[in-house]
Amino acid sequence: MADLHFLANPARFRRFSQRVLPALWIVTALALVVGLYWGLVIAPPDYQQGDTVRIMFLHVPTASLSMGGYLLLAALGASLLVWRHPLAGLMARATAPVGATYAAVCLITGSLWGRPMWGTYWVWDARLTSFLLLFFLYLGHIALSRAYDDSERGDRAAAILAVVGAINVPIIKFSVDWWNTLHQPDSIMRLGGPTIDPSLLWPLLWMMGALALLFVALVLMRTETEIDRRRLEISENQD
Amino acid sequence: MAFAALFLRDLRLVWRRPGDVAVVLAFFVVATVLFPLGIGPESNLLARIAAGVLWAAALFASLLSLDRLFAADHEDGALDLMLLAPWPLELAVLAKCAAHWMVTGLPLAVLAPLLGVAFGLDAESLAALALTLLVGTPALSLIGGLAAALTLGARRSGALLALLALPLCVPTLIFGASAIEVTATGESVWVHVAILGALALVSLATLPWAIAAALRQAGE
Repeated sequence: MADLHFLANPARFRRFSQRVLPALWIVTALALVVGLYWGLVIAPPDYQQGDTVRIMFLHVPTASLSMGGYLLLAALGASLLVWRHPLAGLMARATAPVGATYAAVCLITGSLWGRPMWGTYWVWDARLTSFLLLFFLYLGHIALSRAYDDSERGDRAAAILAVVGAINVPIIKFSVDWWNTLHQPDSIMRLGGPTIDPSLLWPLLWMMGALALLFVALVLMRTETEIDRRRLEISENQD
Repeated sequence: MAFAALFLRDLRLVWRRPGDVAVVLAFFVVATVLFPLGIGPESNLLARIAAGVLWAAALFASLLSLDRLFAADHEDGALDLMLLAPWPLELAVLAKCAAHWMVTGLPLAVLAPLLGVAFGLDAESLAALALTLLVGTPALSLIGGLAAALTLGARRSGALLALLALPLCVPTLIFGASAIEVTATGESVWVHVAILGALALVSLATLPWAIAAALRQAGE
């Protein structure tokens, strides 16, 4: 942690990310091309689900990454509130839309996958519903951080929301599970069987890594933009 | 002492302008009445959806009254005095939320069974409805209080408040509405009441600090 504190200075962070980003973009692009080719062309179709199983290579990584993204948001919020790191607010502002987009991609691919598998685009399944609520938490964070004329005020308000939201996520998950068992006793088939074949697992893990790289690259790029925007705001206010 | 003074002050403010509370309760009644009009007068269906409709309407009604919770004090400077006062801001927050609950949560819990009769709920469900609202609404007041404090001075704060508070209110809504449903199957309602009580207590133990933090950074 102590080593990361030196990056808390926005100007220093900007120099660091400018040096890292070009290489990161190249690695990300290569990883995505390889992963997509592996998942969509090389990997064998599932014995039950056929080619629709390939949706999994987008669906599962975006699901875990958007959940991880919310944890990142809460950690950034906590470090803004505790250490007042100027960068944490800017980075949270950059992270929230990326996480929300991942959550949206997860929901959309999930419903496209649900159509051939369950015969419907949407069911009020516990997992789907709690994911929808996670998406709403992201939307609340984005709206709140941008609702003030004073951006730093928005950053701090959104930081408190992210921390409270992260504490609430398990409670929401638990209550939705309860609600689902009450309303809908028949459960829905999940990923075809208890284990997943290595021929599908490896491209899945690869895509997880590739999309994580994309997440990081997008956040770094957007953080740079936010630093520039904050500088502009400050210089405008000084005039 | 400070707690009681602030609590009584908020109640007195409402007492002098009872219209503010009446509007919230009227909203609750009108919003609830729209459902039979939209869905149709079939009594079986209405009795089935009554719990969810009444709980959701109570949630909206309690949110509706929240945007003035701190805004009025923010405008006339009373909030600055609370920030400067030597007693903990958390206590002031608690007093204000308690007063809010007294004038919305409590009347809603009293009013809801009357509307429940119109939806054809039996006596047991009516009792469960009143009980769950009584136990669950403090959590709604506190969650809404956090949203109100976070959106203090924001653009479009009313709509934003609802967007922030609603996902966080989901657990309370689920356990409140499902408690009434289980009375129909003969299960004990106390499990749900206990969980609602737990949610309210967790909110009570954590949210005053979050609300106070939000108010402090609003005052900076």
